[in-house]
This record gives sequence, structure tokens and C-alpha cells, in this order.
Amino acid sequence: MKGSEALLKALEREGVEVIFGHPGGAIMPVYDALYDSPIRHILVRHEQGGVHAATAYARASGRVGVVMATSGPGALNLVTGLADAYMDSTPVVAITGNVPRALIGSDAFQEADVTGVTMPITKHNYLVQEVNDIPRVVREAFHIASTGRPGPVLIDLPKDVQLSEFTGTFEVELDLPGYKPTTKGHPKQIERALDALERAEKPILMVGGGAQHAHGELLAFAEKTGIPVITTLMGLGAFPGHHPLWLGMPGMHGTVAANRAIHHADVILAIGLRFDDRVTGKVSRFAPHAHTIIHVDIDPAEIGKLVRTHVPIVGDARLVLREMLKGAKPLRLASWWRELEDWRTRYPLRWKPRPHLQAPEVIRAFAEATGGHAIVTTGVGQHQMFAAQYFPVTRPRSFITSGGLGTMGVGLPFAIGARVARPDELVIDFDGDGSFQMTLQELATVVKYGLDVKVVILNNGYLGMVRQWQDLFHAKRYSEVYLADSNPDFARLAEAYGIKGVRVERKEDLMKGVEAVLSTDGPVVAEFKVYHEEGVFPMIPAGGAAEDMILEHPEEREEVEA
Amino acid sequence: MRHVISVLVQDHPRVLNRITGLFARRGFNLESLAVGTTHVPGLSRISLVVSGDDHTLEQVEKQLNRLIEVLKVTDHSEPHVERELALVKVHVAGVEERLAVKDIQEAFRARVVDVAQKSLILELTGDSKKIDSFLEALRPYGILEVMRTGAVAMSRGERTLKVREKREAV
Ligand SMILES: Cc1ncc(C[n+]2csc(CCOP(=O)(O)OP(=O)(O)O)c2C)c(N)n1
Repeated sequence: MKGSEALLKALEREGVEVIFGHPGGAIMPVYDALYDSPIRHILVRHEQGGVHAATAYARASGRVGVVMATSGPGALNLVTGLADAYMDSTPVVAITGNVPRALIGSDAFQEADVTGVTMPITKHNYLVQEVNDIPRVVREAFHIASTGRPGPVLIDLPKDVQLSEFTGTFEVELDLPGYKPTTKGHPKQIERALDALERAEKPILMVGGGAQHAHGELLAFAEKTGIPVITTLMGLGAFPGHHPLWLGMPGMHGTVAANRAIHHADVILAIGLRFDDRVTGKVSRFAPHAHTIIHVDIDPAEIGKLVRTHVPIVGDARLVLREMLKGAKPLRLASWWRELEDWRTRYPLRWKPRPHLQAPEVIRAFAEATGGHAIVTTGVGQHQMFAAQYFPVTRPRSFITSGGLGTMGVGLPFAIGARVARPDELVIDFDGDGSFQMTLQELATVVKYGLDVKVVILNNGYLGMVRQWQDLFHAKRYSEVYLADSNPDFARLAEAYGIKGVRVERKEDLMKGVEAVLSTDGPVVAEFKVYHEEGVFPMIPAGGAAEDMILEHPEEREEVEA
Repeated sequence: MRHVISVLVQDHPRVLNRITGLFARRGFNLESLAVGTTHVPGLSRISLVVSGDDHTLEQVEKQLNRLIEVLKVTDHSEPHVERELALVKVHVAGVEERLAVKDIQEAFRARVVDVAQKSLILELTGDSKKIDSFLEALRPYGILEVMRTGAVAMSRGERTLKVREKREAV
């Protein structure tokens, strides 16, 4: 057996069923072996599409996503996607070919120092020098990627190693003396946390992406205690978006209720989140009344990194919540809820109605038509924030977006990965005209594998989010954000790929458009031409605090808000 | 505040790269780094001198601990021994300078390891402050070259950088 076959065998033993990838010279032996392997391969048109698809596959399924690429240019095309997976703690294993060992370091054709390049954006990486190491390295890579704080791991395989005769064993024992994640929270700290909650007058539960797998425990804990729940962008879906205990998303484009709740809270229970600056705003002004911040995270380095923590609990969100559930009691929060209810009813999410079709109403229409029962992926920009605001997902692992890195172009490949992972689910990609054009070549992948994904482009003719900042903070000097003069006809573009295209331009055609998308059996690319100067509100300007929240465009303000 | 940190690592290729990369990427201030093998095959020990406030130091330790090949991190706040080795090539113009340098050498208990017509190489071990003073004393004579290894450190007494029972203490 060759090294290449040993690699596939080792992947099979990890339960890998599908690999996203793109071949090339330095990985050809593996592709040759793939020809006879039960593992399914999805050929993408660009390696970036492959790594994003693997990321969404992981996030939608809870399993490890696998991507493969050739050396040099192929591997370097993974960089953005690996960084994206790293920032959002997603378990991905990337396998790259490299030039033969003898040529490494010689500036050989298609050589790049990929382990060097990816060191800061992977949880760990390997350059395999010895063919018999393959099973051990694969075992370790999957273990490291999927346990503790998940993250991407890269395995770089020189071509001659792939071609060498494998004489080793697949029965390898994990021996990682420097890697032992703590999963069980410390009982004393858990006790302290429960104690603080019991005595709290204005407690809140903040949930991030690290609690997606703890949704059952979260729901039980929230319902038992009656504590208000806030989910970050990465936490969306970890708690049902229709639940009365849910206050929405915090941060820059969060709801008034969520941000005010944080501002007034006395005890914060934060689970599986890392206090990103898009959530906290200016850290020194974050949660000024919170005398107790309880932070549950599997990565000890996150605790106390940005926000002072009074009760640190290192552990897996699910196991910690299970323990907490045992001691949890119903909290007396009637007056706190009156305050929250008041904010919630006085300041619901809303958009200023206009004669034009508008992005939020398109998303709201899809949310209503599906009952929130879909897997949503997004690009990055205003449409992403609108999707987060107006499409309350009902189930975990159902809102897949680029949180930490904010990577434009993830929408379509994310939809591909999500659909491959969960072929029975409705998958909708809400995308921007700018974001979509960064990876639209993956429409070919959609066609090749008949993937039923619904791409909904909210076409405002601008790099909308940048335009909004220029509008608010750069005196409307719209520098290099105009797209409408050169955008393609998206519906016809889709048709060129053999995909159904839909175009909706007028407000009155909205429902017809939604219906056309949802009733199509198979992939659709739908372009909704939306108002070109919409802004996302509420908004806390970068570096601001909850009190600095603006509820609507300053020039469009009709009444002074309290 | 200056801290001396010991790190026990698996001596895999690029492990140093990961450590220095971490410092560069996260903006930690690394003053010196010294590496060597231990008596346990496959394990190396690194001494780092880092400056920063308590919060930074906590992050340095936690981020180092996140690296898969890092087995143990200790910040030497407890009583410890700290040593650095320096080689100093100093210019000696004539007999007078030679005698003066010899006085300094004796005062610091340094050793002469090379003698040439117009220069000497002196070797000194000690904590970093001692080496600083040594260099200050030699400066007037014309220092031609200095090579310092960076501090290495070890806790006093029974404390060791142990990994786990199965392995020998290091
Ligand atoms: C790869 C990448 N390049 C640049 C940016 C900066 N950026 C953030 S949002 C945005 C505009 C997005 O425009 P579009 O996709 O059309 O979405 P809209 O905001 O109009 O909804 C840009 C350029 C980014 N996030 N990612």
C-alpha cells in the first residue's frame, strides 16, 4: 500500500465520508487513490470554496470537515478559509500536497512553506516526513481539530511520502502529552456561579458559538431559571429564535433589549463566547453594572483575555450546564422582566418603510414563509446583519456565517457545505452583490452535484456596509463602493450555469419572488433589487458602548428617542 | 515587570517557530530566549525573558499552554537560579589596558578564553544584571563583540518542571 492509500484508509477510520477539494501535481497520488476509495469527493472550482464548504459542513453537522489541495498555490488558496475556521473555532482538517522532500526549501515549482504560512491560523499543523507516520498524524489531527476548543489542523504531505510504500500500522495510540483539554467545570466554581445567579437581581445569560452543541442543556437551564438569553452572532440558533426568554443578539447591530440588558445586568453568565469587540464595544464601558461575570469556556486562554472575570469556569459548555442544571433554581426576576419587556416592546427591530423593495423585508418574508425552519448561510456585510436580525433561526447549527474574520464570499460555499452535510434541509444563502462575486464560480459545484441551495442576493448595487460607514463617518464620500454599473445580471448568470434564475425588482412582487424560490425543486439564484442606501440599525459605532446606540439614520430621525 | 519563564516542549521541528511566532503575533515583548535539550530524549527546555504587566504575563502563559507541543510552563516568581553566559571580545591597546582589563576580569570572576595581540575574549556567567555591569566596566576599553546567551533559569529546591508520572522529572 502506498502512502496515499494509507492516508485515505486513515481518513476512513476517522469516519470521513466526504472531502472537498481541488487536485494538482503534488497531491495527485492521493487523487489517484481516491479513484478506488469509498470516500466521496466534491470538486470545487477554487480551493477557497473548498475550505469554506468544509467549514460549513463541520458547523452544520458537528463533525470534522475535510478539504484537500495541491502544494503552493492550491494550499495558499486555503489561507483565508483556514483563518476563518480558526477565528470561529471550527473543526476542519486540511490536507495539502507538497513537493518531494528532497526539494523542500529549494524554491521548487509550486513550492510554498505552507506549514509556516498557516502556523498562526491553524490550531496545529504537520509536515509529514515519514510515510509510516500517516495514521498517527491523521489520528492526532482529527483529535486536535474536534476536541477542546475546535479548530483547523493542516497536514502537509510531500509527494514522495505519498508514493512511498507504507509498512506501518493503523492501530495508533494517541500520545499528546501537551494536549489535555479540561472539559469538566470545577465544582467549586460552578457552585459560586449558581450562588451569584441566585442572588442576582438582573442576571443575563450570554451564549456564543461554543455552546451550539449544548442547545438542549441551554434551553433546560434557561427555562428552569427564567433567565433572559442573549445569543451572539455565532450563538444564533443555540437558543430558539422564537422563545420568549430570548432577547436577540448583542453588540454593534444587536437589539436594544439585548444591549440594554447587558448594560444594566448585575450578573452575567457567559458561555462559549470570547467577548469579541463587535459584541463588547469599548471594553472599559462594557457591562458597567455587572459585579459578577461568570465565564464558561473550554479554552482557558479566553477567560480574562478581554473582560474581567469573577468566576472562571474552564470546561465544555454542555458538561458545565449539565452540572449547573442540577443546582439551578427558578430565579425571582419579575421586575427585571418588566424592564426588559418594556425595552423589547418599545424598541423592536424595525426598518423605515420605503417605496422601494428593502433587504430586511425580503429576509423577513423568507423567515415567515419557512417558519425559521432553514439553514441560513450569509456573506459578509449589511445583508449578513439583516439576516441575523430578521431571520430568527429555530434550531442549532442552522445559522452559518463568518463571525470572527468577517470573510466576504463565504455565503455560497457555506451553503454548499451545509447542504452536503444535511441534504434534507432547506438551505438559503442570503448574500450581497459584492460578497457573492468573490466566490460565484462555485455555482459550477452546485450544478455538478445537483445541490439544492437557494441563493438570495440582496442587490443594493453597493458594497453596502462600507457605504453605510462612509455615509455615517466619512461625510458620504462614497469612495470605491459602487457596483451597480458593472454588476452582472445575476439571474442570467445563473442561467448560464444552468441554474434557475429569479429576479424581483418591485415591492409588490416580493411574495411572488419568495414563492418562486421556495417552490423550485433544485438550486435557484434569486436577485432581489433592494433599496440602495439602506442602513443597518440599531448601531453602536465602533469603539462605542451600549449607551451610544443609534436607532436610525441621524438624518431620518423623526422623533427623539429616550 | 521582567519575568523569567521556563517552557518544557517536545523538540519537534518548528516548535521554536511556533513559540516566537506566538510572541510576534500577539505583541508580547520577548527579551531573550535560550533553548537546550534535557536529559529526557525528545524534550527540550526553553527559558524566556518576557516583560509585561500581570495581565500580559497571564496571557503569555495561557497562550503558550495552548500550543500542542508545550508540556509545561512556569513563571519563575518563586526562588530560582538564573544564569546567563556572555562572551566579550575587548580591545586592549597596550600593557596598561591589559592590566586594567585583568582587574575587571578578576573582580567579576570572568575567564580569559582567548588572547591575541590586540584583544581578549572573556567569558562570564552570572545573572543578567551581573553581565550588564561587567559590560559597563569594560566599555571604556572598547568592546569589539558581545555574545550573550540569554538567561536560563531553574527553581530552587524540590520543585521541578515535571510532566507526568510516567516520565522522569526534568
Ligand atoms: C474579503 C473581504 N474583503 C473586504 C471586506 C470589507 N467589507 C465588509 S462588508 C463589505 C461590503 C459588502 O458588500 P456586499 O457583499 O454587497 O453586502 P452589503 O453590505 O451590500 O449587504 C466589505 C467590502 C470583507 N469583510 N471581506
